[in-house]
Amino acid sequence: MAVLTLTKENFEVEALNSDIPVLVDFWAEWCGPCRMFSPIVDEFAEENEGRVKVGKVNVDEQPELAGQYGVMSIPTAILFKNGETASTMVGVQPKSALEELI
Amino acid sequence: MDEIFDLMIIGGGPAGYTAALYGARAGLSVGLLEKLAPGGQMGTTDMVDNYPGFPEGVNGFELAMKMKAGAERFGAKTISAEAIALELSGDIKTLKTSRETYTARTVILATGAQPRELGLPGERELRGRGISYCATCDGMFYRGKTVAVVGGGNTAVADALYLSRICEKVYLIHRRDKLRAPQVQQQNLEKAGNVEFIWDSTVKELLSEQRLSGLIAENKHTLERRELRCDGVFVAVGQVPETGLFKGQVELDGSGYVVAGEDCRTSIPGVFAAGDLRAKPLRQIVTAASDGAVAATAAQEFLDM
Repeated sequence: MAVLTLTKENFEVEALNSDIPVLVDFWAEWCGPCRMFSPIVDEFAEENEGRVKVGKVNVDEQPELAGQYGVMSIPTAILFKNGETASTMVGVQPKSALEELI
Repeated sequence: MDEIFDLMIIGGGPAGYTAALYGARAGLSVGLLEKLAPGGQMGTTDMVDNYPGFPEGVNGFELAMKMKAGAERFGAKTISAEAIALELSGDIKTLKTSRETYTARTVILATGAQPRELGLPGERELRGRGISYCATCDGMFYRGKTVAVVGGGNTAVADALYLSRICEKVYLIHRRDKLRAPQVQQQNLEKAGNVEFIWDSTVKELLSEQRLSGLIAENKHTLERRELRCDGVFVAVGQVPETGLFKGQVELDGSGYVVAGEDCRTSIPGVFAAGDLRAKPLRQIVTAASDGAVAATAAQEFLDM
């Protein structure tokens, strides 16, 4: 399953109404740590296909979503379960930290 | 644990991948452990302007991926795992990760350094809610707001200048009465017009409700305390070496840096130190890369003995 690009248009359907947990990576093109984190998130998505849905929010294009979830530092990864924020992690994380969330 | 590597490298920044390149090109079997992603501190740098060969500058993560590709072209293997325990003293060194144990005849320590924290209560909880260690990453979230930068070195001054263009007001809090950064940079900050210098002062307390709302700075001479309201605090007070893992095995100096000379040899035969974690006068990408080359060559000589 490819990593989803989340926007304010599809966020409710894809992230909040999902049957399985959803990991959302808030990032931006110009953010160095985000570029380091991105391949880790991709690998995690591939390895947990079917168990966890993974999406990315570009904070430049989706400032409303970033604001709504109080993102003030990127990368930030938020795990949603049943439409609620279950866990928030700020900064680049090793894949093992993502695995421990699940 | 089927293969004994000639050389195992811990850390995939510029020191680690240069060591991997030199080691692999010399015909050694090379494994490199990286816990996150290639690049280390360099990987989080938006634009690197002081690494030769890139007249337009280069993105730090892109440079990291090129260094990785260069090492892998000659057969170096990247292992995405964090070393959690080391046994460095014997002829065969062992490196444990959470899943596997690796063995090697020589080891290069290239774990680098991390931004130093202020060490104040609430600092970790407020990370991402007002506390940041990366102005270029998080500056835009503070557009039109008031922020404080703590520190007086090159990073602090570059951060303050960057933020002065985005934010309404920037406080620069420094524990001395002048900056360590070059004079010309201080003049640029003065010209910016919205930067207020808070000299001879340290941050004593972080104020917060849901998120950071300000801080208390104390002047070290007068002991006068001043409350500064601000929405963000950008911490740039230097670095700490990532050497906790081998403390007690390899000799460290009082600040935690590995004691190793220009030949990169540590106190343990067959173990070398390369990059920002080594006690040395200048910590730059180019000096980290240089260490990597020297350390890999020293490892090769050690194996030939």
